[in-house]
Amino acid sequence: MTTIDTSAPGERAARLNMAQFLSRYGTFAAFILLLLFNLIVTPNFLSWQTLNVNLTQVATIVIVAVGMTLVIATGGIDLSVGSLMAIAGTAAPMIFMGKLLPIENMGILIILSFILPVLLVMAFGWFNGMLVTRFSIQPIIATLVLFIAGRGIAQVATNGNLQVFKNPEFQFIAMGRIAGIPAQVIIMIIVAVLAHCLIRYTVIGRQIIAVGGNEKAARLTGIPVRRVKTFVYIVSGALAGIAGLIVVARNSASDANLVGLGMELDAIAAVAVGGSLLSGGRANIIGTVLGAFVIQLVRYTLLANGVPDAAALIVKAGLIIIAVFIQQRAKG
Amino acid sequence: MLLSMQDISKAFSGVSALRSASLEIAAGEVMALVGQNGAGKSTLIKILTGAYQRDSGTILFEDEDVAFATPGASQAKGIATIYQEINLAPQRSVAENIYLSREPKTALGLLDRRAMRAGAAAVLKTFNLDIDVDMPVGHFSAATRQMIAIARAVTQKARLVIMDEPTSSLDEREVDILFQTIRTLKRNGVAVLFIGHRLDELYEICDRVTIMRDGQTVAHSAMADMPKMELVRHMLGKELAAFQAIARDTGDDEAKPVRLAVEGAGSGVRVRDVSVTVREGEISGLAGLLGSGRTETARIIFGVDKLEKGSIRIDGKERRYGEPADAIADGIGLVSEDRKIDGIIPDMSIRENMTLALLPKLKKAGIVDRARQQEIVTRYIKALGVKCASPDQPIKELSGGNQQKVLLARWLCTDPRILIIDEPTRGIDIGAKAEILKLLRNLADEGLSVLMISSELEELLAAADRVTVLSDGRSVAVLKRNELSETALLSAMAHQVN
Amino acid sequence: MLKTLSRPFIPKSSGDFARLGVLLALAGLILFGALRYDNFISPFNILSFLRYNSMFALIALGMAFVIITGGIDLSVGGVAAMASVVAAYLSPYGWFPGLAGGMIAGLIAGSINGLIITRMRIQPFIATLAMMLAAYGTALLLANNQSVSVSYDTGFTTIGQDDFLGFPIPGWIAALAYVLGWIFLERHPAGRHVLAIGDGEATANLMGLKVEKTLFGVYALSGLLAGLAGVILASQFGAGQPTEGVGWELFAIASVVVGGTLLTGGSGSVGATLAGALLLAMVFNILNFENGLGWISLSAYWQSVIRGAFLLVVVVLQARLMKKTEA
Repeated sequence: MTTIDTSAPGERAARLNMAQFLSRYGTFAAFILLLLFNLIVTPNFLSWQTLNVNLTQVATIVIVAVGMTLVIATGGIDLSVGSLMAIAGTAAPMIFMGKLLPIENMGILIILSFILPVLLVMAFGWFNGMLVTRFSIQPIIATLVLFIAGRGIAQVATNGNLQVFKNPEFQFIAMGRIAGIPAQVIIMIIVAVLAHCLIRYTVIGRQIIAVGGNEKAARLTGIPVRRVKTFVYIVSGALAGIAGLIVVARNSASDANLVGLGMELDAIAAVAVGGSLLSGGRANIIGTVLGAFVIQLVRYTLLANGVPDAAALIVKAGLIIIAVFIQQRAKG
Repeated sequence: MLLSMQDISKAFSGVSALRSASLEIAAGEVMALVGQNGAGKSTLIKILTGAYQRDSGTILFEDEDVAFATPGASQAKGIATIYQEINLAPQRSVAENIYLSREPKTALGLLDRRAMRAGAAAVLKTFNLDIDVDMPVGHFSAATRQMIAIARAVTQKARLVIMDEPTSSLDEREVDILFQTIRTLKRNGVAVLFIGHRLDELYEICDRVTIMRDGQTVAHSAMADMPKMELVRHMLGKELAAFQAIARDTGDDEAKPVRLAVEGAGSGVRVRDVSVTVREGEISGLAGLLGSGRTETARIIFGVDKLEKGSIRIDGKERRYGEPADAIADGIGLVSEDRKIDGIIPDMSIRENMTLALLPKLKKAGIVDRARQQEIVTRYIKALGVKCASPDQPIKELSGGNQQKVLLARWLCTDPRILIIDEPTRGIDIGAKAEILKLLRNLADEGLSVLMISSELEELLAAADRVTVLSDGRSVAVLKRNELSETALLSAMAHQVN
Repeated sequence: MLKTLSRPFIPKSSGDFARLGVLLALAGLILFGALRYDNFISPFNILSFLRYNSMFALIALGMAFVIITGGIDLSVGGVAAMASVVAAYLSPYGWFPGLAGGMIAGLIAGSINGLIITRMRIQPFIATLAMMLAAYGTALLLANNQSVSVSYDTGFTTIGQDDFLGFPIPGWIAALAYVLGWIFLERHPAGRHVLAIGDGEATANLMGLKVEKTLFGVYALSGLLAGLAGVILASQFGAGQPTEGVGWELFAIASVVVGGTLLTGGSGSVGATLAGALLLAMVFNILNFENGLGWISLSAYWQSVIRGAFLLVVVVLQARLMKKTEA
């Protein structure tokens, strides 16, 4: 529906500029403000431990949000990421605890427990892509199917039971450190850098943007629209899978009921706060990373200052609405 | 006067769309509103109906000073609009559509469905239309839906009915029926504002005419006092001369090898039996009225829609494309009719829009070769004279003509052998029009085969080496250069296959 | 007469066909259950089935209206949880304050959804997803992260647990809501406007319909019904439950879609939505019986898998039919 703006041109332009300014620099400004606020108010904010806690907590959000950025760039959405995390996070312990495969060699099992779960959820991502491209089902609905059923699959596989384990090799992706930096943070950085380069410099990256910008026109320039779309859902699935592995490794336990719960919202929020339009045609990976940090910092700030977790949920909801609103305004 | 609009001005973000335009309509009168694309007709209408708000000027409707805030408000006062893409709710029934927003109610405040059915059937009967009023509107043809929309206007006691290109998707018989309907409205004292392009129709049905150009109303006159040539001159202004024959006398065209040959192509109901040939180095025109299957033929050749029967040969070899990508690989390019919907990626830069089709060939290990991209873009911006601040400017900021040049370059840089161009000058100012036609001519001289689809006779006459005329999804005539004339084209277009 | 003008433009729609299908499937399941299990058509099973599933039926009804406009409401589960907490807190003051409080809490949440969607023009799924978060957050805050016992002295528990004329009160409530919903959608002008808006907002606007008001009303209604479901939840289980309601939105969406309502909007039926909700609930009822027979042993976790599978099948079928209609 077209909205008719009846205000005077000057006024409208001013409002637009404000929105554009906020959309471009608002996230960064919010990030800086949050840092300053914490430096002044939160006790012991400037410590290795605080940095560590925040970085490790933000890592999985960033990883999933990067995949979400690609999906949203094509004009889609992936609601199934949380459930896919649960599937991967359930499958991995089952593999290295020897419940699934008749393999004795622990080394092979460990390697397989990294590879197979991710491949499995990539297949689910492909399934999402097929629903969207072959059956022309709206992405919200198509990924809703796995949003519901995906967690159910993980719960059925474990009968809802907690899988507790201690396996330093597998848990290296969460607990390990390379040059003092947590492995999950390194994975986060690698994922973000690769995605940034993918979008900026590769042919498929530009095709993703073109498909989101104008799908009909993209098809008419010979871009394989279906393949491009399927690709982003597979990538989103793969990244959700990796995040699922990290979460269970971090907890030394896999709970199909909880792994990745609500992650789709965190990821969408990071994308929106990070300045990518939800209607597609734009993918700002750096923005998404920053968006995830802002969301994490908001939560941390509230918790560190004694605000209950439940109130943080409400703040997050408000943050999402405001971010999306500003993005839409900036578009004009 | 039923309606009197005076000195209406409107600007969009600083760009003036209307400059003291005026319009007067008397009750029971059919007023023609004509003008080129972008002349300001639709802005004027939208201001009248309340979709836009004017910056200055006055509107008197039934001697009352009005400023409608919404289309709903103008409707309530008796102004109804029948849009090109008819605005009815397709899944709701005919009766509901006629009464939507003003339903007859029972004492309980619920729908009086019996009254709705009877009323709808009765009003449709006055227009000689006998259809099941319980059927969803989407089940009926464009002409029927238009009549339903008019019936809706009548039951809402409209005093003025605005018709925006009402005949664009109708065949001759349906136009007759529409005109009968308009005459019925007239007899009942309802005024009609008729926006249209087909001159004969305007002279047949309209009493007076208002002509717009560049956001201004340049002439008001009784239809009878306005000779056709005069009307066209007002519409086009002094730029008429810009369309000089760009085509050369090609002499023996038939000696050139055939590059694209479409034989008896058919797909769906829009394309039934189309044959077209394009030879090397020529501009082959494709003409026909709206809905004759021109654009659809292009879509079949380009692999957007499936070819269901017939054959397409490129350089003598039969080809069948499942996707545009296949056609592109064979050296075909398509510049679509609607730039906004099928052409530009609005937020992407000129550079990226231009090289989109070339991207797969611009990659090294999957990465875009930025240096080569830049070089190509610079070359084409210069060669086609694209006016822009920088290649990194978003394409949506360019004017229509410059956007069209970028889209043209999008294909030229792929070094195509065949270029299909649908309405090459749609929505482009007259100066840029001639420039683009000249460009096509030069390209053809260099050996490119161009299939040019156009609804503008002057354009076909000026640029095409041969014209294939479509009617109702069939190719009905092929006119060679020496046979081309306005009368020849018109009579071929009017040809009906029955 | 102009018979030629009335030539069909697109083939007849498949909505009626889908609605017939869900009724047949429902009848088939009932027959299957009646023949296979001893106590399937016992009064006890039927009444407890209706008592429990009335909550879901109410939410599905609100969802049907939202989906008919082409939108979606993902917040219903969270809103129901929040309303159950509010109702539980107010239940000591009487059954009416509890009932009204829960419904008003739902109405407020739904109205905020409506405002965000119509005023800020934010896509429904984002707005309502955020509301889901906010509603759970509010519920947890109010309840201090635990369930809140209702008062058993004021008659509040009657709403969810007792019968009236031998029929569970939640069943009466749902039945009344569906009758009103049916009259509204089929017979009231505003109901027809909901359908017309789902057919195309721009067109509806041009036809002079009050699009924003109607959309606002639809989301407010969905919130109100979710609030009512929350009241029943609290009353039936004796506690306001801030973590309940997870996945309810999916039950509701699946019911609506199984009932033949197009997710693209513009078409839908109240009766078929009820049939869809009953059908889905019946599947789980039958699974319980099947577990009871001991032939199979399906955990409660299968519920979500089955819901997903149902949604998948229906959505793929809808997409197929839509494609055929377009061609």
